[in-house]
Amino acid sequence: MKNFNTLKAGQEIFFSGSIYTARDQAHKRLAEAIKTGRRLPFELKGTIIYYCGPTKTPEGKIIGSCGPTTSSRMDEFTPLLLCSGLKGMIGKGGRSQEVRNAIKKHKAIYFVTYAGCGALLSRYVKKVKTIAYTDLGPEAICKLEVKDFPLIVAIDANGRSIYDEN
Amino acid sequence: MKEIKTAKITEAVIELVKRANFSLRRDVLSILSSAYRIEINKQAKKILKAILDNAAYAKKNNLAICQDTGFPIVFIEVGIDVKIKGDLKAAINKGIKEGYKKYSLRNSIIKDPLLRGKSQFYPPIIHIDIVGGSKVKIMFLPKGFGCENKSQLKMFKPTADIEEIKEFIVDVVKNAGPDACPPYFIGVGIGGTADYACIMAKQALLINVTKKNSKLEEDLLRQINKSGIGPMGLGGKITALAVKIKKYPTHIAGLPVSVNISCHALRGATVTL
Repeated sequence: MKNFNTLKAGQEIFFSGSIYTARDQAHKRLAEAIKTGRRLPFELKGTIIYYCGPTKTPEGKIIGSCGPTTSSRMDEFTPLLLCSGLKGMIGKGGRSQEVRNAIKKHKAIYFVTYAGCGALLSRYVKKVKTIAYTDLGPEAICKLEVKDFPLIVAIDANGRSIYDEN
Repeated sequence: MKEIKTAKITEAVIELVKRANFSLRRDVLSILSSAYRIEINKQAKKILKAILDNAAYAKKNNLAICQDTGFPIVFIEVGIDVKIKGDLKAAINKGIKEGYKKYSLRNSIIKDPLLRGKSQFYPPIIHIDIVGGSKVKIMFLPKGFGCENKSQLKMFKPTADIEEIKEFIVDVVKNAGPDACPPYFIGVGIGGTADYACIMAKQALLINVTKKNSKLEEDLLRQINKSGIGPMGLGGKITALAVKIKKYPTHIAGLPVSVNISCHALRGATVTL
């Protein structure tokens, strides 16, 4: 994880390790828990969140289609999560200036991955465990073990964004 | 009079759910393949390749092309000379519910938009039209919401200039930027009422995207592609793959224009019974 800080916007990497799925409602709950000082369902410090709500898992498969969802919907919750130790995020599309500033401040990182390619991305997921908010269905928090998951650095630890040039 | 049992409608809908979610529309595939050939930006080309690979992988492995298996939308045209035996809407509902469950798609529908709560596979939005003849045509469009979120309606003054309208349409796409899975397909509804313009914009996404464009569609496509947003918003010559427009007579006091954006995974399937 420590070498994330040296990555530059635009670089492509293949990530192996654990990531946690969380999208809209999970973010709302996580933010609520942080604000009220309740314990979080997983350790946020140093972890990577993937903005993803997979399909149901077809029989005989590890996971269903599992591409990224629009990151900007999580913007209002992100600075608080970064403040609580979140290291990285994976999603699609741009982020607000506030998120960008918070990424720079906390030396975090924002990646994008192949959007609309959920079937293909399922190949890189080796293990899935639902860990919290199961009542949210596809929006539950799952821990995914991924291998060689393709990521493009969209905002690096210095706050440089890949979208600036376009 | 020809008679169709509702069980047959349900069965047809289940099959449409599968086809639309696992196999990308042939016209969409063909236009994506052309885009891949034309694109010169290296990264954009790589992304287009991933999109094509994803479609092939999904089809081969019976996986959803995208995890957002959409809001299920059904357009159904019922011939006046057909008798449907049973409850048509209930039959469609059942087909959606069973199809989404059977093929392990995503339960993305929330029963109450304000209270939210548990998500489920249905209900779909159903548009029923009565047409001539003795056939039933069912068109199924699972609409992803990342792109639905970027869709807009504007009520123009009847004296509005065509350039103002074009600017609005192009701006809706620019506003979507990298967020809604470009390269996009743009459905436009012009005329009618506020609600009808929106339905037409959605229906425009059902038109074959390889069909020759009108001059206005061509102009818009060129202007949108000048934005350079490109696949995934990372730059390139192709920001939109097609613009399709549907028009309807409107009122002397107004000019509604609705833009419905689709991500590159414009899915759909049609059957005629």
